[in-house]
Amino acid sequence: MNDVVISVTELTKCFGDFTAVDHISFDVKRGEIFGFLGANGAGKTTAMRMLCGLSFPTSGSGSVAGFDIMTEGEKIKCHIGYMSQKFSLYNDLTVWENIRFFAGIYGLSKSETKERAQRILEQLHFTSERNTLVGALPLGWKQKLSFAVATIHNPGIVFLDEPTGGVDPITRRQFWEMIYEAAHAGTTIFVTTHYMDEAEYCSRVSIMVDGKVCALDTPSQLKRAFAATSMDEVFRQLARGAKRGE
Amino acid sequence: MPAISVNNISKSFGKVKALDCVSLQVSKGELFGLIGPDGAGKTTLFRLLTTLLHPDEGTAQVDGHDIVKDYLAIRQCVGYMPGRFSLYPDLTVEENLNFFAALFGVSVEASYDLVAPIYRQIEPFKERRAGKLSGGMKQKLALSCALIHRPNILFLDEPTTGVDAVSRCEFWDMLSELRQKGITIMVSTPYMDEAARCDRIALCNEGRILSIDSPTDITRGFDAPLYAVKARNMFELLQRARTVQGVLRCYPFGEYHHIVTDATFNTDNFQSSLNALEDLQIQAVSPTIEDMFIKLMER
Repeated sequence: MNDVVISVTELTKCFGDFTAVDHISFDVKRGEIFGFLGANGAGKTTAMRMLCGLSFPTSGSGSVAGFDIMTEGEKIKCHIGYMSQKFSLYNDLTVWENIRFFAGIYGLSKSETKERAQRILEQLHFTSERNTLVGALPLGWKQKLSFAVATIHNPGIVFLDEPTGGVDPITRRQFWEMIYEAAHAGTTIFVTTHYMDEAEYCSRVSIMVDGKVCALDTPSQLKRAFAATSMDEVFRQLARGAKRGE
Repeated sequence: MPAISVNNISKSFGKVKALDCVSLQVSKGELFGLIGPDGAGKTTLFRLLTTLLHPDEGTAQVDGHDIVKDYLAIRQCVGYMPGRFSLYPDLTVEENLNFFAALFGVSVEASYDLVAPIYRQIEPFKERRAGKLSGGMKQKLALSCALIHRPNILFLDEPTTGVDAVSRCEFWDMLSELRQKGITIMVSTPYMDEAARCDRIALCNEGRILSIDSPTDITRGFDAPLYAVKARNMFELLQRARTVQGVLRCYPFGEYHHIVTDATFNTDNFQSSLNALEDLQIQAVSPTIEDMFIKLMER
């Protein structure tokens, strides 16, 4: 099977006369943690929406999980996971109800749902919290549960949109350990973040400026190429050149 | 007289104790940072100090005025930028600024010198409705509106959350300029790396203050040897480093993992225990605010 799980070529999205995403091309390999960085307004969200099958490109081509982003958006949705910090779980449903809800969304059978729910509860040591309202859980637990439900259908790729915003330093790190583990087990991770130390945790990082991918490499190669000591410096050097007013 | 004085303040919402016996003092002209994650109680403290909430227990004074009795006096002399965008989206940039000036009975011209360094950056878009501005421009407009009545004290609730690293840095440059003009600033942020831009900071978590001091003095309280370690396989290193004698904690820290150690730790032993890992490196490092925060949280 092909080792490239996301591949885009000259992907472009225009809104009227505004080119939000401007001919971007890249490949992501299985099991990579791919950091997708950029200044506010650089076009990250627009690009990510196209990769998730939520929006069609104006031109260019690409595939995600083996499906064409132009014609097979619905199939892509079934084969990826998605999690954002802002919305992932229903606070007024219990842990179990949230799991069952997301299992239902992804069309899992009753027996599959039962088996996966059991596995999630055990892995997260949540068995005693089965009937707790998610709203009453500490933030760190909610995040782990969000990640677990986003991957309940065993997708090969997970998109994480600023998953760690506003989270305390310990929880943030526990979350990244979950990401490491998932990647280790072969899941491809596509993640956006404003924390530059998290960029260092990625296998490769792309940086978007004004709709274009203007750098893409491993963190250590990027630092070398920009003669920088940290990813923060690399990011600043590139984003300072941005013309678009956010 | 301190600009802000908080004495044993507590505030609960139902069963949730948002603030648990918090005390702090901010001097005039200080740039004071509240550093902590969601749920630390930062917003509740701002809402108490701007007289939008009453405390359950404790007292506080802002610019010498009691937050319960003298709330009207406080509202005249403080500027407040809430965490959520709170301007009128269907008014233009200019209309919003005029509106806030009118609320406080001042003219935009009279305060123009103060807001100009910030407002000038969005003035080319003054005809645009505030709801149509980008995130960074909204933030600049909100700061301009919070400054229009020349407040003595400025409260900024997470002005840089969700903002990219470059824009965050620019925002802190603006705050430094305001501080130069003598305005006392209390600002909250979940980004630990911004702490260094403050004169003093309070590290807060779950309604309590873990530590208050200048950024450099806070890290002096870190009393265990700290090392940065690196190897080709960082995930494996993370798991295996935790099993080595003398390692109390190991956590990812950017390019490296940090290991906190006790007296039984020895770098030679560490290297020989993990010699199966390729490209293993270890070096002693100075703790950062984030290391200190982690240590205080785990206590």
